[in-house]
Amino acid sequence: MVMTTDAEGSTLQLRDVRKSFPDPGDPINRRLVLPGISVTLAAGELVSLIGPSGCGKSTLLRLIAGLDFPDSGELLVDGQSIPGPSAERGLVFQDPNLFPWLTVRRNIEAGLAARGVLQQKRSEVKEFMRLVGLEAFADAYPHHLSGGMAQRVALARALINHPKVLLLDEPLGALDAFTRMRMQDEVLRLWQNRRTTMLLVTHDIDEAIYMSDRIIILTQRPGTIEQIIPIALDRPRDRSSSDFLSLRSEILELLHFAGNRSSQVTA
Amino acid sequence: MRNGDETAVILPPKPLPVSVAASLRTLSIFAGAVALAVVVHLIASKNEPPLETRFYTIFLCSVLVIALITAPSQIFWPRLRRWRQTLHPILAATALLLCLWEVVTSGVRLLPLPYFPGPAKVLHSLITDRMLLFDSTWHSLILLLSGYALGVIAGLITGLCIGWSPPVRYWGMPLLKVVGPIPATAWIPLAMVVSPSALISAVALIALAVWFPVTMLTASGISNTRASYLDVARTLGAGRGYLIFRVAVPAALPNIFIGLFMGLGASFLTLVVAETVGVKSGLGWYLSWAQGWAEYGKVFATLVIMAAFFSTIMTALFKVRDRMLVWQKGVIKW
Repeated sequence: MVMTTDAEGSTLQLRDVRKSFPDPGDPINRRLVLPGISVTLAAGELVSLIGPSGCGKSTLLRLIAGLDFPDSGELLVDGQSIPGPSAERGLVFQDPNLFPWLTVRRNIEAGLAARGVLQQKRSEVKEFMRLVGLEAFADAYPHHLSGGMAQRVALARALINHPKVLLLDEPLGALDAFTRMRMQDEVLRLWQNRRTTMLLVTHDIDEAIYMSDRIIILTQRPGTIEQIIPIALDRPRDRSSSDFLSLRSEILELLHFAGNRSSQVTA
Repeated sequence: MRNGDETAVILPPKPLPVSVAASLRTLSIFAGAVALAVVVHLIASKNEPPLETRFYTIFLCSVLVIALITAPSQIFWPRLRRWRQTLHPILAATALLLCLWEVVTSGVRLLPLPYFPGPAKVLHSLITDRMLLFDSTWHSLILLLSGYALGVIAGLITGLCIGWSPPVRYWGMPLLKVVGPIPATAWIPLAMVVSPSALISAVALIALAVWFPVTMLTASGISNTRASYLDVARTLGAGRGYLIFRVAVPAALPNIFIGLFMGLGASFLTLVVAETVGVKSGLGWYLSWAQGWAEYGKVFATLVIMAAFFSTIMTALFKVRDRMLVWQKGVIKW
């Protein structure tokens, strides 16, 4: 865990967060997605969330973003409970979700315009465009961009508000392997510059090990924390080092994907 | 590092190179068609009073002169060449169609007179009655625009409310679905009783005709805004005003334009009917008046004016759409 004094990030605390949804096939019972998650992220920490599909990872991010509310339990940012969505907690999805009717520049400005502070902070737009290397495409519309470029715009749009927590819901999931590795470095660079607290949902174990300070492994639905694995490797990390690979096989084991144990999966 | 990304930007296609030889072919096709029309006209109009065919003769001859002049000058003027190159099949076909019309009517008298006058007679009516036609077009324009504007404004407001707010949707949608599909012209008997003047009731009827499709399409566009756009905007700190006017409305804009086009079509229909039965001015009124006097040259002249009038307005709306939906370019074609 690395911390610096100029961190933009906040601590993020989840206390016994429980969430269920109405079951479309069964109107009486509700489907329990998260039975009670408790975890704390330090300010400026980068934590990955790994788990099987449908285990409630995205639900958890939506709760932290304030787009949904838990049945019970508390979500605290710097000790304050979350009242609803706000620019303090940015969210980037797998689909960049750029506004197709706005140019790259205006998409990045959207974060400022939405809060009504565009006039005061216009100078930052250029800086963020440079940060993600998109100055040349300022006036292009999103359908002209490749997947990697679009995702960089989405990152810039979320970061321009200087969020205290950045939630990343498989942001690199739709990219090809090479673009993906390049983007991992780019996200790390942004993170190291700003020390935003980041929570990254991913399906990619290598990505989780490469990027995070800690990895949270969730179980099948209802999602509970199976294990939290601290990654003590120095950055930049070597994807082929023996420490990296042994962590990888440890996690695969935990997820029941390790070679000869796959037949012993329990429901 | 960003090689793959940069090639993803689509460049506009280069205009096709146009050769001078091809431009001379243009000369022969269009000018030939016009020349044929002139010859046919001179033969067909021998039996007609020369006063009535004079304008058409002048018209055809000037088109022929223009065709002959523009053909060589396009060699030195590439823009004109490209323009002629793309348009010459249509121009030639139009000339041949006029020619055919003249043969069928004034030439061999296949169609009964006075209901089907030749092009010479129609042009004569168009020119001799130009003041009244201009005046009628002007009145139609005012009536159409005021009714259309009113209907669009009302439709956007109701569509926005129904699309955004579930309670308004619950109460508004059934009403819209029951009352909306009634053709606006079916309200004419009621409008005549209620309204103080035919003009006001015509404006109201046109507005009603426009209001329904605009409301319907706006509401569906707004309520089908991708939830993730709204989620993203919320996490960027957007308030309700931003969510509605900067996210939902632009996202619904392609749909809204479909509604605007449907409304425009409905407004043309309602305009002509309203002018025919109640309003004492405008193209619809002129049309039925000319019919009353069996002046079919004037009837056809009105149709020509209407074609130009309505298609110009339609084109103007297309231009507005192309400007506002420029971000869709290359995504959707319609």
